Amino acid sequence: MPIELKMPALSPTMEEGTLAKWLVKEGDEVKSGDILAEIETDKATMEFEAVDEGTISKIVVPEGTDEVKVGAVIAIMAADGEESLSPSRGEGQASAASQGEGSGDSRPSPDGAGAPPPSPLQGEGKQVEQPSDQRTEVHSDATPHQMETGARDLVAAAARTHEDPEVPAGTETARQTVREALRDAMAEEMRKDERVFVMGEEVAEYQGAYKVTQGLLDEFGPGRVVDTPITEYGFAGLGTGAAMGGLRPIVEFMTFNFAMQAIDHIINSAAKTNYMSGGQMRCPIVFRGPNGAAARVGAQHSQNYGPWYANVPGLVVIAPYSAADAKGLLKAAIRSEDPVVFLENELLYGQSFDVPKLDDYVLPIGKARVAREGRDVTLVSYSIGVGVALEAAETLAQEGIDAEVIDLRTLRPLDRQTVLASLKKTNRMVCVEEGWPTCSIAAEIMAIAMEDGFDDLDAPVLRVTDVDVPLPYAANLEKMALIKTADVVAAAKKVCYR
Amino acid sequence: MAKAATLKSAGAGTAAAPATPNRERPPEPKRYQPSQEELLGFYRQMLLIRRFEERAGQLYGLGFIGGFCHLYIGQEAVAVGLQSAMEPGKDSVITGYRDHGHMLAYGIDPKIIMAELTGRAAGISKGKGGSMHMFSVEHKFYGGHGIVGAQVSLGTGLAFGHKYKQDGGVCLAYFGDGAANQGQVYESFNMAELWKLPIIYVIENNQYAMGTSVNRSSAEDQLYKRGESFRISGLQVDGMDVLAVRGAAETALDWVRSGKGPILLELKTYRYRGHSMSDPAKYRSREEVQAVRDKSDPIEHAKRELEGMGVAEDELKKIDAEIKRIVVEAADFAEQSPEPEAGELYTDVLVEDY
Repeated sequence: MPIELKMPALSPTMEEGTLAKWLVKEGDEVKSGDILAEIETDKATMEFEAVDEGTISKIVVPEGTDEVKVGAVIAIMAADGEESLSPSRGEGQASAASQGEGSGDSRPSPDGAGAPPPSPLQGEGKQVEQPSDQRTEVHSDATPHQMETGARDLVAAAARTHEDPEVPAGTETARQTVREALRDAMAEEMRKDERVFVMGEEVAEYQGAYKVTQGLLDEFGPGRVVDTPITEYGFAGLGTGAAMGGLRPIVEFMTFNFAMQAIDHIINSAAKTNYMSGGQMRCPIVFRGPNGAAARVGAQHSQNYGPWYANVPGLVVIAPYSAADAKGLLKAAIRSEDPVVFLENELLYGQSFDVPKLDDYVLPIGKARVAREGRDVTLVSYSIGVGVALEAAETLAQEGIDAEVIDLRTLRPLDRQTVLASLKKTNRMVCVEEGWPTCSIAAEIMAIAMEDGFDDLDAPVLRVTDVDVPLPYAANLEKMALIKTADVVAAAKKVCYR
Repeated sequence: MAKAATLKSAGAGTAAAPATPNRERPPEPKRYQPSQEELLGFYRQMLLIRRFEERAGQLYGLGFIGGFCHLYIGQEAVAVGLQSAMEPGKDSVITGYRDHGHMLAYGIDPKIIMAELTGRAAGISKGKGGSMHMFSVEHKFYGGHGIVGAQVSLGTGLAFGHKYKQDGGVCLAYFGDGAANQGQVYESFNMAELWKLPIIYVIENNQYAMGTSVNRSSAEDQLYKRGESFRISGLQVDGMDVLAVRGAAETALDWVRSGKGPILLELKTYRYRGHSMSDPAKYRSREEVQAVRDKSDPIEHAKRELEGMGVAEDELKKIDAEIKRIVVEAADFAEQSPEPEAGELYTDVLVEDY
């Protein structure tokens, strides 16, 4: 019986990849462990190994094909002594490969029509979701099918919605991922200012655990792109000290979950320095890295620290959604004289947005943005929640409710004016936050609405947040725990008494 | 039994073999040979710290100084000996919360230090830092840090900055025997040696981490060895002898300035007073403290040395009187100068407006 070789999932968030190179050709006999192909994910180039023995009877997806969906058949292998057969289901790759640049806003959902249907349940027990840093051996008869997870829905919401950057009319834009935008922001600021350097785990030779620092080592060398040992407390303190001494460090945390080991320096050393010294000693440093839930990585790797840091006077806290905002705000953060916590989102790294083609695109810190104008209800969100809010707004529009979406972008200092102005216009508000409800940014927005917008309220403010539990691993439970468009729609209708 | 005996003898055999150094180590420091004028300077500075701290203790008792106040009495030779070897404005210094002495040793005006202790607008941190949080960026004195051990990582960052900017500077990072058990100290050691950062780690071993003696808290109580796993050489120094301290500073500076990376100094010293003003110090006897004061006091030590050089007692008395006057003036200033304006509550939270 012929074996279908399918595009493997090589990281928790991978949905598609590039088939960079075939290392076998049709007619080759392969043994278990032979390397069949090199596959580029958004994070790294991985080797794809054979598990079964047999003869490659057909290569379905030629090398160099981009955007091959996970689960698509990429080759057919005849087991020993079998005749070659053509693929039974190869159409999936064609539509996947035809997704061109600039189509991100209409990208099909991972489990949608563009991807091949999940294979039968045979071999289901063998499949594994593997960490990105391990060499992957995917059983060729076990489909790495796309599980329906809450994280995938979050990404899908981001991919389906669209946001225009704020630029003068007529400015050219380029389609860029959030990852590329962040990299460009750092590179541009490093070119401009010798004092700026990047340090963190795997930022240099590995090119970034999530490829955000890709290429920086080549351009700036190991003196300014510094690989650290796994020692968050130590290098957060070292970076803070370097900032006190006059440098402008960008400290990358592989994820903000690990920054809890370093939170003492972020809060006690960096945030309080200027105040404690009566304005004498500054600490211009950026702590950045992915924050919030990723996909299927369990409770210890899935947490939104926005409310934690936003609680601390002396810090600036930024959590952008789009690539343009990521770029413009990271540049502003690097230039700021204050310590900045810059919260990125792993699920957004691969999402593409329009980024203005300007030599120096810098955005103001502390200014929210009206991501979508509306009259009937205000949805306030930030980071990946903005995609959910925008998608909910589209659904609501079909039901005759015109929702306004506010992207806070900066969590501290919070742009109360923009929130209150919108409330004055719509008189109804729902907060959307990928994070826990208790003492959240949503709670803060609700307090602001109570204190300063009470007379404008026609209904109590509601919040849609993650469920108040550690994030579970199981796909179904994870999905239940995370924010969903449908819940935002329901909450918006409720405050509109519809 | 037989097996155990074999193991024991094998172990003994290994221990008997002389340890061969597998890397370059710094030479044994030589006791510094000062000119009479230099030693008078050290004496003067140590006495200023002593009298200043005694006065601070009094002001605390009178309610002028609040919160935590950690006195440096007994440890004066450490800051004075080490900092006399540094180049102010080029080298950087960072320490923990027992920081008054280090600031005075750098020649910072006692008035604005005392005014900070009393929480006045004229204080070096506008009264917003207090005893534990004082800084002088002008002198490259970077604080003044209240979290035990934090200054070790921060100091390593200052050293990283010296190397990055290639400004020839060295960072002097002080911490206590208590901080020596913090994990971030070793994270910092690792990076400092890995990147050959220009830093002198100074453990001021005053024998007690608050109320816990070194022996009760440290598996390896010879703290100068604490860098060995990171290939950082350590020297143990008599911290009650300002000239021994200065000699060790010279050796350490030679090592670091020649690009050999970090070095560790353990200064054996003693604090006469409690950990802070609110510490009744029940963990040690009065006799123990008195014995150190009688036998090892750093100021008496320097005084005898000066007398041996032929300095007249009158001259020393003149210095004592002058120091007394400076401290009284500082205390008067700190008591009388006004508290910060209410508006200062909101300043300096962030540098920029957003």
